[in-house]
Amino acid sequence: MSTPGRPASSRHLLGVWIRSLLWTFAESVVAILLAVVLGGIGIFLFSGLLPNHSAFDLGLPIAAYGALWSGALGYPNGVGSTLSYATPLILAGLGVGLGFKAGLFNIGGRGQFLMGAIGAMAVVTLFGQSLPGLATIVLALAVAAIFGGFAGFIPGVLKATSGAHEVVTTIMLNYVFVFATYWAISGPLRLPHSPQPITVDVGTRASALGTINILGWNLLGRDAHWGVLLAVLGIPLLWFLLYRTTLGFEIRAAGANSDAARYAGMKTRQLVVLTMSMAGALCGLAGGTTLLGVVHQIAPGYDTTIGFDAITVALLGRSNPIGIALAGLLLGGMRAGAQSMQISPGVPGELVDALQAVILLFLVINLLRRWRAMRHVDAPTVAPAEPYGLGAVPAEVSE
Amino acid sequence: MSDIPGALDAIPLLGILFQLFGYVLANLQYVSNTTVAVAVPITLAALCGVMCERSGVVNIGLEGIMLTAAFVGWFVAAEAAGAMGTGTPLPYFGITMPLVIGLVAALVAGMAVSLLHAWLSISLRIDQIISGTIINIGAAGITGYLYSLISSQSLVGAGQFQKLQVPPGVVDIPVVGWLINAIFDQGPIGLVTIVIVVVLQIMLFRSRWGLRTRASGEHPRAAETVGIDVVWLRYRNVVASGALAALGGVWLSMEQTGNFNAGMTQGRGFIGLAAMIVGRWTPLGAFGAALLFASVTGLSQSLTISHPTGDLGSLINGVPGEFWEALPYIITIVVLAGLIGRSIAPAADGQPYERESAS
Amino acid sequence: MTGEAASIPALEMRGITKRYPGVVANDHIDLDVRRGEIHALLGENGAGKTTLMNILYGLARPNEGQILLDGQTVEIAGPSDAIGRGISMVHQHFMLVPVLSVAENVVLGAETMANGVFLDTREANKRIAEFAARFGFALDPEAKVGTLSVGQQQRVEILKALYRDARILVLDEPTAVLTPQETEEIFALLRKLADDGRSIIFISHKLYEVLAVADRITVIRRGRVIGERKPGETSEAELAELMVGRAVELTVDRGESHAGAPMLQVEGLRVGDDRHEAVPNATFEIRAGEILGIAGVAGNGQDELIEALIGLRKPSAGKVRLGDLDVTGFSPRAMNEAGVGYVPGDRHRFGLILAFPVFDNLILTSYYRAPFARGSLRQDSAVLESADAQIEKFDIRVPSSTVATSTLSGGNQQKVIVAREFDRPLKLLVLDQPTRGLDVGSIEFIHRQIIAKRDAGTAVLLVSAELDEVMEISDRIAVMYRGRIVAEMDGRTADKSQVGLLMATGGDARPEEARA
Repeated sequence: MSTPGRPASSRHLLGVWIRSLLWTFAESVVAILLAVVLGGIGIFLFSGLLPNHSAFDLGLPIAAYGALWSGALGYPNGVGSTLSYATPLILAGLGVGLGFKAGLFNIGGRGQFLMGAIGAMAVVTLFGQSLPGLATIVLALAVAAIFGGFAGFIPGVLKATSGAHEVVTTIMLNYVFVFATYWAISGPLRLPHSPQPITVDVGTRASALGTINILGWNLLGRDAHWGVLLAVLGIPLLWFLLYRTTLGFEIRAAGANSDAARYAGMKTRQLVVLTMSMAGALCGLAGGTTLLGVVHQIAPGYDTTIGFDAITVALLGRSNPIGIALAGLLLGGMRAGAQSMQISPGVPGELVDALQAVILLFLVINLLRRWRAMRHVDAPTVAPAEPYGLGAVPAEVSE
Repeated sequence: MSDIPGALDAIPLLGILFQLFGYVLANLQYVSNTTVAVAVPITLAALCGVMCERSGVVNIGLEGIMLTAAFVGWFVAAEAAGAMGTGTPLPYFGITMPLVIGLVAALVAGMAVSLLHAWLSISLRIDQIISGTIINIGAAGITGYLYSLISSQSLVGAGQFQKLQVPPGVVDIPVVGWLINAIFDQGPIGLVTIVIVVVLQIMLFRSRWGLRTRASGEHPRAAETVGIDVVWLRYRNVVASGALAALGGVWLSMEQTGNFNAGMTQGRGFIGLAAMIVGRWTPLGAFGAALLFASVTGLSQSLTISHPTGDLGSLINGVPGEFWEALPYIITIVVLAGLIGRSIAPAADGQPYERESAS
Repeated sequence: MTGEAASIPALEMRGITKRYPGVVANDHIDLDVRRGEIHALLGENGAGKTTLMNILYGLARPNEGQILLDGQTVEIAGPSDAIGRGISMVHQHFMLVPVLSVAENVVLGAETMANGVFLDTREANKRIAEFAARFGFALDPEAKVGTLSVGQQQRVEILKALYRDARILVLDEPTAVLTPQETEEIFALLRKLADDGRSIIFISHKLYEVLAVADRITVIRRGRVIGERKPGETSEAELAELMVGRAVELTVDRGESHAGAPMLQVEGLRVGDDRHEAVPNATFEIRAGEILGIAGVAGNGQDELIEALIGLRKPSAGKVRLGDLDVTGFSPRAMNEAGVGYVPGDRHRFGLILAFPVFDNLILTSYYRAPFARGSLRQDSAVLESADAQIEKFDIRVPSSTVATSTLSGGNQQKVIVAREFDRPLKLLVLDQPTRGLDVGSIEFIHRQIIAKRDAGTAVLLVSAELDEVMEISDRIAVMYRGRIVAEMDGRTADKSQVGLLMATGGDARPEEARA
């Protein structure tokens, strides 16, 4: 077995990679199917709580899932809506996945998303009338990334300097940024002379991301906007960063064993700050595209479920950019379908939130078995290898 | 005394700080009961964290446990009230049968969710942070879904637990009056929480259970070699502690208010985790930290009740209201970042324990 | 001891077999231990000694075989069952909770209660004091275990056994981290316990120790009993051959050192963390082509010294020169580029990323340089090519460089580190217990590589809490005590007990402190 001759490296690598890919895919499908079944049982059990429905209505789950299916995949508007929902999910999912690769658990997607939206809004409010539309959009998206990046930078710095665990600090910051959003729309970004605290509509400043339109033809229905391109671009870029560059190697090394990375001469503290900032920037971009492409203005009570959604996407996608793209499309489809499901049989859209948890639950339970069975490198890690003692102090001494 | 502030006017910042101190001294006693009350759910979450982490299991699912219990307690009590009527409340705390049934259901629900966390993290040994996150996502999703279903029915709740009626004169007793008022002007869960803090503190450091719990969290293999069943002990601690976090959730939906709202825990589970860390994994310390975080809420409430005058008043007028709402979260981050280096977690905290070495 | 009682062994293990996936850890092992006997279990790392004792202690279940206590067949269900039957174990890595007190550690799992709820600390303290007086050692029951010396911690472990009325006491490699004097003391204590009628099982791979202390020696190799000997009727050479399965040179021939000009010069080095100065003032030098071994009880500043030399800690004072270059305060990467190689003591934590493939671990310190990177882009073909070459050169037994490093054996994992750190011209090589926990073959291989590196003109710093390793291959030995180099001597002529005394006392031979 252990012949030290010439190992067939690249062929071996490819075989292992394909096999593990198939495994991973099959596993995810199983988890999703199980969750769908359990969700159906849930709908069935509580159907009596819905107005105009008898208790234990067997038809309701079927009607609900039917509506979900057509809402997500109907052409062209369903598909367009799915892509539109998937865009921020993929961007924020890449942000959370990048954190996982570096051994960081970024639960601050919600706050970073909101900061991104505020940043983009600020650009539109300040420059929307003086700059041409495209310039405003580019600048707004850049500022969204910077604002989101700053929101990630704070917990990164806190972790690097004091060891405060990012799980607690990002969640606390989420609430801070929610209140910051309220303040922004009732103060500096408030539309003048409006009766309620609300911002300007980016459409009125020619700064909205338009519907994807080729020679007058809405290829992907009315909801798909040009921001989709950002997600399409982000996927290969992040993959390239992680697997083809030395910085990506450092990020993955620090995530898998930060002590060994530090002993090998990598600057692990700087990596923490940098990775959290990049993760925040991706989530901020998610906020920026959503603002410019979908919601167009920030009204009171504006909030997002992107924080948790992005965690689901990153875990389901195994922190791998391609996996994240697929998971983002799946969850985007669920979100899009939930809209029509809520309208027609009246099943609340929160079902998708519950389904996410169940998918993840089946995923991790299944993963364990795999963990033991698969002993090859390319077995994707669902979670960073770093142990997560809350409040553990980094053993850093000097830098 | 009266001429000192005048003298300090030359140094604006110091003067304002001095005014703030005087203001707090004059007003905090009137909001101290609120402060203790606000600290109750944070404390309960923190105690749940202490019990789990002292035995070596990180539990960030506190938020989800609380939310689940808040919903189950409120919903079951409401359904019970609908089925059997509320009946005459007992003379103390406004206790009714439906409320008790709701409370019990909530505790059971909290422990059931904890059992899931215990199974995932102890038996399956999956990453404990991931497990806790799944619980948080699931609790938010399922309670949100059910609440959304129910809200179309305009379900009437079963009311809420009442505070112990402290005689009105007590608060004016010199020196200790405000303290007595702060502690006893609470509902049943608030009072029980204070008792639990003291009992748990003693048990953790003086009892057999406490010794074994601490040993399991620091060096599980050492505990195993002297015959302690670490897996079983961790299971018991995690499941039992679920009742504590559940009590915190019930406080929100059945003692502070009589209503449930989607996402009503508002990060209290995580503030509880921070309180646990700042309180160095001891019940008393966690309570102290929870009081610190709660006092910010008390202070901002006091500012709306009696607005300070002078420079301080004008300064506070310039601060947007959102700032006061965000302040407890900001303080949590600042204290956490400032203290964490000196607060050391149990050595085996968050590490899955494997019983047998394969060598 | 009456004749009849002595004829029935206190413990008998018959035909014990334990299989793990892919290995037979114990293959029909027979072992008997008499009352009042010190019975040594001799074998290499991985021979199956620990598995056998885990079976005795109920931590593992045998696939076949019987255990008899005083002639009665028993099933041992778990540690508490074993304890209840009078079996106690002192593990190689102490099973003590550092933040708990001596008394708390001793009573843990066997607590007596004052009134059903609270622990009876008074009773516990009383009993601890009794045992301590009877067997002649002093321990403060209130002291936190984490503050005690290694020797004292071992006594706490023995106290735990006595507190539980152990009649059979198993000690797994008890002398691994002790000074020779502490070893003597522990042997005396074991003899007292045996004379008290208890049976001692003494696990070791050190030949001279089992010859010195045991009444009988059972040798195990690859899960099988190879032979049984009495100390008077055997020799180190015979035991070594039994243990390894072939005639072995007991020490690697370190050859002649042709030391050149000073390569590493450390002057007045001060290293400290927030609380205390671990290294207040260290001055020494290593010449090119010389191995300097640092002997010292663990925790006397060796870790901090190493971290300063590889750039992980900034010294607060002093100078470090490497050849003609002042490298004081260099970062780890700058040190690496200046020609410093490093093999960490805890390879899993500091040396390897176990989840990564072997080829990534082989470039962990050079990934950013040509040919492995061009600009900031990785060059995978160069990485794989170099990995294959190193796997061949350093005889790393692995099916392919793409497998996860976690799937390798300990010896092969260490070879990955050695390949990474040794396979380039070096000025200084820093080694922290480079052979800990390895089998004899890997130890030999690594020692040869170290000597080859020395002969190529590298200055080598070897730090180890195991005095044997330091004595074996060092050209020069420096003794470190409380962060200072208290003595230096020639490696070939150094006297072991003298080194041990220096390790324990720092030279001002105060016997009280030797025991502390």
